[in-house]
Amino acid sequence: MKLTLRVWRQKNADAEGAMSTYEVDGISKDMSFLEMLDTLNEELILKGEDPVAFDHDCREGICGACSLVINGDAHGPERTTTCQLHMRSFEDGDTIDIEPWRAAAFPVVKDLVVDRSAFDRIIQAGGYITAPTGAAPEAHSTPVPKADADYSFEHAECIGCGACVAACPNGAAMLFTSAKINHLNVLPQGAPERETRVLDMVAQMDEEGFGGCTLTGECATACPKGIPLFSITGMNKEWLRANRKVSR
Amino acid sequence: MTRTLWDSTVGKKTVMAVSGIVMLLYLVAHMIGNLKIFFGPDEINHYARWLRTMGEPVLRYEWGLWILRVVLVTAVIAHGVCAYQLSRRDIKARPSKYVHSKPRASYATRTMRWGGVILALFVVWHILDLTTGTVHSGGYQHLHPYQNIIDTFSTWYGDVIYIVAVLAMGLHVQHGFWSAAQTLGAGSRTRDRVLKTVGNVLAALLTAGFISVPVGVMTGLVS
Repeated sequence: MKLTLRVWRQKNADAEGAMSTYEVDGISKDMSFLEMLDTLNEELILKGEDPVAFDHDCREGICGACSLVINGDAHGPERTTTCQLHMRSFEDGDTIDIEPWRAAAFPVVKDLVVDRSAFDRIIQAGGYITAPTGAAPEAHSTPVPKADADYSFEHAECIGCGACVAACPNGAAMLFTSAKINHLNVLPQGAPERETRVLDMVAQMDEEGFGGCTLTGECATACPKGIPLFSITGMNKEWLRANRKVSR
Repeated sequence: MTRTLWDSTVGKKTVMAVSGIVMLLYLVAHMIGNLKIFFGPDEINHYARWLRTMGEPVLRYEWGLWILRVVLVTAVIAHGVCAYQLSRRDIKARPSKYVHSKPRASYATRTMRWGGVILALFVVWHILDLTTGTVHSGGYQHLHPYQNIIDTFSTWYGDVIYIVAVLAMGLHVQHGFWSAAQTLGAGSRTRDRVLKTVGNVLAALLTAGFISVPVGVMTGLVS
């Protein structure tokens, strides 16, 4: 396959960025999108040019490191992570636009790499449980109803890639935050911090400068892990409940 | 708690959801009142007088109406202020656009902000036209809504402004009702179809009900 790539190039956080055009040839349909970018970078290095910086790690779709907006879609046209997107989703001769996640809370570090540490700070605000460490406790000592376990797991699938923020027209982190809250709040292990978790994490999310939710649903459409839009509804419910409880 | 509610994006959305539902309930009542025009002048003129005496003898003359007006103005201001502040925040949170962008959200969803502005401007015109009579096209008569409504809808601009506003209202309700349910935590996977249907039906009924009045005047059904 022969492709024309239009890639966002930006030297550093303070520099002005712009789209640069590159031609790549000899791309196999079986390559992943990141392997295609590796091919481009090898050519750029041989030519003595600066390779395109992009985030990647496991390349198995489970770590949440890769983050590209491809032709206006976070993680590209398939419902998966960029590393699991294959070139068979494109046609020979296509022009592909590649941009970084766009959000005030995710400043560009270089080219396609953005700083997502705002997510870490949201997790630090309450995305954990206080449990004594040591040997794993007997699993049956804390019964969890099947429906709750399923609900928790559905949200636990979030890999924190930030596609929801990238897709949201308001640059909101509602889907990420709600997934992390619902994952723990429904479980008995998460019960002691049920109220403080949702209040603190939502407050931190606002503090980071993410936008608000207008329920466009673009986050859930972009999510490679299929976190549902109702996750946000669940967070709103928990937040209202926590406000009632705490003020008592 | 009040501080958390007002300082938070989720809290401001809650204020918008509650004030939106208050206005929505009012719209339903308002539409039912409007439809009385099809039963003749006595019916709707009598209804207009009842609006002033409702709640009597607990309330004095026009007190009920004024309480309603205060509640509505509070709802409009709360809804508008939250929408403005949240919109400012949203625009700041996404400072640079994508070069390759595609609008995916529904038309109703994308027009919430400007649709809301159109509705606010319409409400001002609507009150000056049919409540105070300041910009009324005919000789405005207090407590004679039948003739006043016919006067307004006998002008082309009265019809155009009204119909455009009602369509904007229908779109606003179509996205707003369902969104309010999500904001208040009432949505779920199993309840989604019911909520979407109720929102769509409400939007359609309100639109049809309100538009039937200018259409009635234009077609001569009401004269």
